[in-house]
Amino acid sequence: MFSFGDIMAEALGLILTWDRDLSEIVLLSLRVTLTAVAIACLIGLPLGAVVGAFRFRGRGAVTVLLNALMGLPPVVVGLFVYLMLSNAGPLGILGLLYTPSAMIIAQTILVTPIVAALTKQVVEDLHGEYAEQFASFGLSARERVSALLWDARYSLLTVALAGFGRAVAEVGAVLIVGGNINHVTRVMTTTIALETSKGNLELALALGVLLLGLAVIVNAGVMALRASAVRAAYA
Amino acid sequence: MRDAVMDILAERPVAAEPLLEAQSLRFAAGGQSLIHGIDLEITPGKRTLVMGANGSGKSLLLRLLHGLLTPSAGQVLWRGHSPDRVARRAQAMVFQRPVMLRRSVLANLNFALKVHGLAGRARADRANEALEMARLTDLASHPARVLSGGEQQRLAVARALVCEPDLLFLDEPTSSLDPASTQMIEDLVNAAHARGVTIVMVTHDIGQARRMGDEVIFLHAGRVAERGSLDQVLGAPRSEAARAWTQGRLYTATNL
Repeated sequence: MFSFGDIMAEALGLILTWDRDLSEIVLLSLRVTLTAVAIACLIGLPLGAVVGAFRFRGRGAVTVLLNALMGLPPVVVGLFVYLMLSNAGPLGILGLLYTPSAMIIAQTILVTPIVAALTKQVVEDLHGEYAEQFASFGLSARERVSALLWDARYSLLTVALAGFGRAVAEVGAVLIVGGNINHVTRVMTTTIALETSKGNLELALALGVLLLGLAVIVNAGVMALRASAVRAAYA
Repeated sequence: MRDAVMDILAERPVAAEPLLEAQSLRFAAGGQSLIHGIDLEITPGKRTLVMGANGSGKSLLLRLLHGLLTPSAGQVLWRGHSPDRVARRAQAMVFQRPVMLRRSVLANLNFALKVHGLAGRARADRANEALEMARLTDLASHPARVLSGGEQQRLAVARALVCEPDLLFLDEPTSSLDPASTQMIEDLVNAAHARGVTIVMVTHDIGQARRMGDEVIFLHAGRVAERGSLDQVLGAPRSEAARAWTQGRLYTATNL
């Protein structure tokens, strides 16, 4: 029986020697997560900005829906995407089930409402300040949205960070639609779950340490950027 | 005979077509009527001051004329027609508290120019001219929001003027500024007026009115109490509200 110290030492060894399996899993995790966050931002930022900046019929309902979807259970999203992509599903013909693309789709569905709902709040606050000036400029809806998104860019980094945090730590949905196939769809979270159940604790712990380190580094980077923007009065 | 008629016609002053007209303008909010059927015309090339006590509707009237608020009744006409996007872009407004975009001083000017369709060299030249005019060249790369109050207001005026509007609205632009900053703002506005920009400005300051005004619209309780030349309204006011104002007396009646 290994002690915690032995397991930790082996885990650190895997990280320091940049084990091939480990690196493959980490890089796939980053690819899936960053792609999903990028797509979620492409959809969620303008959607949130429109809801935040304009008054329209049903705006309250859209806001409630976005807020509610922030708490989407990952396994339910995984099940939904599975049903869509399985051979019997409407998108089965695409053959995406058990591929990284399926995992990206599932994570995008999970992250988009988070990005949209938080963007709506950020943009609504900024628009309260800018509204009369923008009206005086005679801006079109598109000009208004793009200007708001640009001026809120540092606050929106935090929004993207929240999306990244949700996606990178997610396990249920990617497990269902990715299948946790070795060298194909195995990402950090699903590997941690699998290797822990197999008793292969050093790899699980090494991935856990990396996951934690990644979260800390990304957070620190974004916070530093935002702090410098606040100092310069751009945020 | 024909020559004599032509001479008479040539000597007769031609009434300029109003740039902006308010017709029976009313505005209500929260069940309370705040502007009560105002009719007025803004003559091109003039500096019109909107004066009156707090709550008389000056800022509200400015926002209605500029199209930031929709009247409850009545209408505003731009050169005799309903204002469209082109009309909006021929106007600019400077607010009492300047709204600075979260960008540099130069980027604030560039934004206004970009909205008006200017790009490349033309945009850069125009922005640099505006910086010089507002004496902000040294601060071009500074974030606009860290400027002092006076510098921010100068930038707001420069940003409003950089797109060469026909009509400039100013809502108490110097109310929280010191005399030096006030002087610079007044210089910018007067220079714009000398270039042909029509000015409509809200002010509480009688001294500023004497320096800046051609004519005065005096509001009281959401109605035009009096309108006339600067000398007439400030020198020989006909309404009790304007008379009390110019004499520094308190006047709290809600009717005219």
